[in-house]
Amino acid sequence: MSTPTSVPLIQRSAARLAEALAAGETTSVELTRLFLDRIDAVDSSVHAFLHVDAEGALDAAAASDERRASGELRSALDGVPVAVKDVLTTEGLPTTCGSKILEGWLPPYDATVVTRLKDAGLPILGKTNMDEFAMGSSTEHSAYGPTRNPWALDRIPGGSGGGSAAAVAAFMAPLAIGTDTGGSIRQPGAVTGTVGVKPTYGGVSRYGLVAMANSLDQAGPVTRTVLDAALLHEVIGGHDVMDSTSIDQPVPPVEQSAREGAIGDLDGVRVGVVTELGGEGYQPGVQERFDQAVELLVKAGAEIVQVTCPNFVHALAAYYLVMPSEASSNLARFDAMRYGLRVLPEGVEAPSAEEVMRVTRDAGFGDEVKRRIILGTYALSSGYYDAYYGQAQKVRTLISRDFERAFEQADVLVSPTAPTTAFKLGEKLDDPLAMYLNDVATIPANLAGVPGISVPAGLAEEDGLPVGVQILAPALADDRLYRVGAALEALLERQWGGPLIDPDKLDKELAR
Amino acid sequence: MTHTAPELMSFEEALERFDPAMGLEVHVELNSATKMFCGCPASFGGEPNTQTCPTCLGLPGSMPVVNSKAVESAIRIGLALNCSIADWCRFARKNYFYPDMPKNFQTSQYDEPIAFDGWTDVEIVGEEGPETFRVEIERAHMEEDTGKSLHVGGSTGRIHGADYSLVDYNRAGIPLIEIVTRPIMGARHNAPAVARAYVAHLRELLLGLGVSDVRMEQGSLRCDVNLSLAPAGSGQLGTRTETKNVNSLRSVERAARYEISRQAAILASGGSILQETRHWHEDTGVTTSGREKSDAEDYRYFPEPDLVPVAPSREWVEELRAALPEPPRERRARLQADWGFSDLEMRDTVGAGALPLVAETIAAGASPQAARKWWLSELARRANEQGTELSALPITPAAVARIQALVDEGAINDKLARQVFDGVLAGEGTPEEVVAARGLAVVSDEGALGDAVDRAIKANPDVADKIRDGKVAAAGALIGAVMKEMRGQADAGRVRELILERLS
Ligand SMILES: [Zn+2]
Repeated sequence: MSTPTSVPLIQRSAARLAEALAAGETTSVELTRLFLDRIDAVDSSVHAFLHVDAEGALDAAAASDERRASGELRSALDGVPVAVKDVLTTEGLPTTCGSKILEGWLPPYDATVVTRLKDAGLPILGKTNMDEFAMGSSTEHSAYGPTRNPWALDRIPGGSGGGSAAAVAAFMAPLAIGTDTGGSIRQPGAVTGTVGVKPTYGGVSRYGLVAMANSLDQAGPVTRTVLDAALLHEVIGGHDVMDSTSIDQPVPPVEQSAREGAIGDLDGVRVGVVTELGGEGYQPGVQERFDQAVELLVKAGAEIVQVTCPNFVHALAAYYLVMPSEASSNLARFDAMRYGLRVLPEGVEAPSAEEVMRVTRDAGFGDEVKRRIILGTYALSSGYYDAYYGQAQKVRTLISRDFERAFEQADVLVSPTAPTTAFKLGEKLDDPLAMYLNDVATIPANLAGVPGISVPAGLAEEDGLPVGVQILAPALADDRLYRVGAALEALLERQWGGPLIDPDKLDKELAR
Repeated sequence: MTHTAPELMSFEEALERFDPAMGLEVHVELNSATKMFCGCPASFGGEPNTQTCPTCLGLPGSMPVVNSKAVESAIRIGLALNCSIADWCRFARKNYFYPDMPKNFQTSQYDEPIAFDGWTDVEIVGEEGPETFRVEIERAHMEEDTGKSLHVGGSTGRIHGADYSLVDYNRAGIPLIEIVTRPIMGARHNAPAVARAYVAHLRELLLGLGVSDVRMEQGSLRCDVNLSLAPAGSGQLGTRTETKNVNSLRSVERAARYEISRQAAILASGGSILQETRHWHEDTGVTTSGREKSDAEDYRYFPEPDLVPVAPSREWVEELRAALPEPPRERRARLQADWGFSDLEMRDTVGAGALPLVAETIAAGASPQAARKWWLSELARRANEQGTELSALPITPAAVARIQALVDEGAINDKLARQVFDGVLAGEGTPEEVVAARGLAVVSDEGALGDAVDRAIKANPDVADKIRDGKVAAAGALIGAVMKEMRGQADAGRVRELILERLS
């Protein structure tokens, strides 16, 4: 297959850009400039980036071009730029986690994921916006202002990784890194028409990922195609001695599976439809696209089985105990003593350390963060621990068992990624519970540590906004996500006659 | 802040009316090369905040990795204390805010310690001679140390009232083992002595294991003394106080004794004991109230999600058990026999904390009696003068053995040896360097010595005559004269020989 050279470089997939670099059609410096220009042109309306590192990116691009000239490429993606969610530390580059409390902090070290991107030769364009400390499903909870959905600027791009998804959807970056604690890669993928993968827990190092909930967090690829996600996954995945929870096994053959899947043949693959993740509470247009996707899988030869995961109904409740508990402890370190924001109490001549901590934390954390710190502190309190944290851990075990049973009947499970399309900015700000419900389909995978992908499934009938299909696989079987995901993508694009994102329509919206 | 001295009841009366129960919590800093959860050096000292990294500074995104050497040390300590070793255990977070804690939680073990249910026998000297007392060990668990705060200004040296505080995170993350006893009951009037003997015994045991420097004065071994009283014979447990950081063996005993007298006075007058942390004051010999420990103190423990469980294999544990050094009591008995020390000599050696030093000195070639002599007389005196412990003197057992070797070789005599000790302790170099630099070598130049002998004979003709007449004892006066002329730097034996050669 050849790409007509008429497709502008910034609209091409990362795999195509790698080919263009290999063919000498462009250079990494030219490519990086194009994306930096694109950011300049459209990010004022999207606000996907918190920090753009033009100089660093161009230096890395120049180094990549030199390597190419001497034939010493470091990876398949050498020279292809990438954006990184602002929750991963970058040496000498601001890392705020979308919070005022880290304003001005320059980390002295790179996250392992960032090190691997650099080692593989990918220029880092900058840091993307997110809900403060990854707490939210809309990126409205960033202390630096919301990111807007490039499909409709009055709508949310999902969260917490709305910045990464919007950057990729709006052609400001071909690739981005997200992190997913309860759906923060997959749900933004769904509502922006992009691909997002949460690898198996332990599949990608968390060293340098500023933790929200250590037992749930996982970094992963945000891209426009399944193959791109696989290529990026190969770069960032694999064992890291700096992360004790990282799995000491080779990365599953994800690139190969994505290429095989793209043929569109799923003969003999058992696909489980999860009864609990669909139907009531799901927007009709979302459900419709999902059902059509399942029909396509059948046409490709997949065998559909209905599976039940009865304990999934408790997932949201368990999640909102485990996550805030871990978060309340993780965020204790932001105390104005060593780095980040320091606010002194007014009218106090010699404030005590405790007073400075209190005033700084009050000023530095947003409401959603405070809400979760309070929830977590309460859930861990002696006398409540067993009833809340302890009970939630039991639910996790039950959910893992549900997955085990389901994966006896099916090779992968499928569901809509999110119950609705992108909601309007501000719509759920006063109703946190409604916002939390948006993650109902993505949370079980985090609680059990299994991998998941969201693949664009088309536009909902009623609002014309993107819908995502989620595919889940057993732990360490990430390759299955790519095989089925790439097949679905290929079949859908055949129907649509090309990628879901229409650049002209997009630019019209961005020019609004 | 002023402390009004509380009334005390005499120790004897207190023990007639009350039974003490003690719990001892000992924190041991391991001497592992690196910290508990990162690769930073765990050595003492260093410019403030130079031995740090993202992990031990608790920087956002950093993660801990368990130091397997520290786990090994913890298991060996557990085994030496006759503990069971957990098949599977986890670290937990102990959450509380304090500026010297980089993460505002301490990574520690909570309800799943690596070692538990042990015991150890300690020796005390009771009214009827040596007695053995069994101390039961509840647990030994792993944790990380905090940074070190220095509160500048203010009168108390504590954070409240200080003008400003400095924090050194070099210590943050150094591996600690906390060893907790079950309540020690039934020791009665021996309770303070048992407390001291237990800590001394632990020190010896840990030193034998080679897992810690166990230097109380540097804080590598820290002891908290929990103590409560109950009416005599009641078999109950009263409300306890926790006296923190009692940092010498003597203080352990004194603090226990003081708390018994203080609490007895309060209880006898109808008062009740406040469950609180107390501070021991070495200078005045009293404890004062710290913060009140109420039930409101809630550390919100939960398992550390960044670490995987520690699951030592049974084979490994058995390997470590088989390789344990001889226990202190058995070792002492064997050494005493090997060295030919009397009971009193052995007790003095152990009591002075000199056992390992003497052992190393002997291992380096000195005779047992010489090793004992130098450490318990010359060096003990200097340690005493400087108010420090023997082990803290800047001299190695190898250097002591070398000095004795110089004496044995006749290069110096005992008197010169003392000057060599001066030089080595003053940092002037090795014994040989001190001898050379200070010109301390015994004069062995036969010509010079012979001339001095001739001059002494000439100057003392009547003494010389006496010797010629066979009164050999008179030679002492001539030897003295020669030694004086040589400023002590001569081998007196050789001088005697030369005199007798000439006058016989
Ligand atoms: Zn460190």
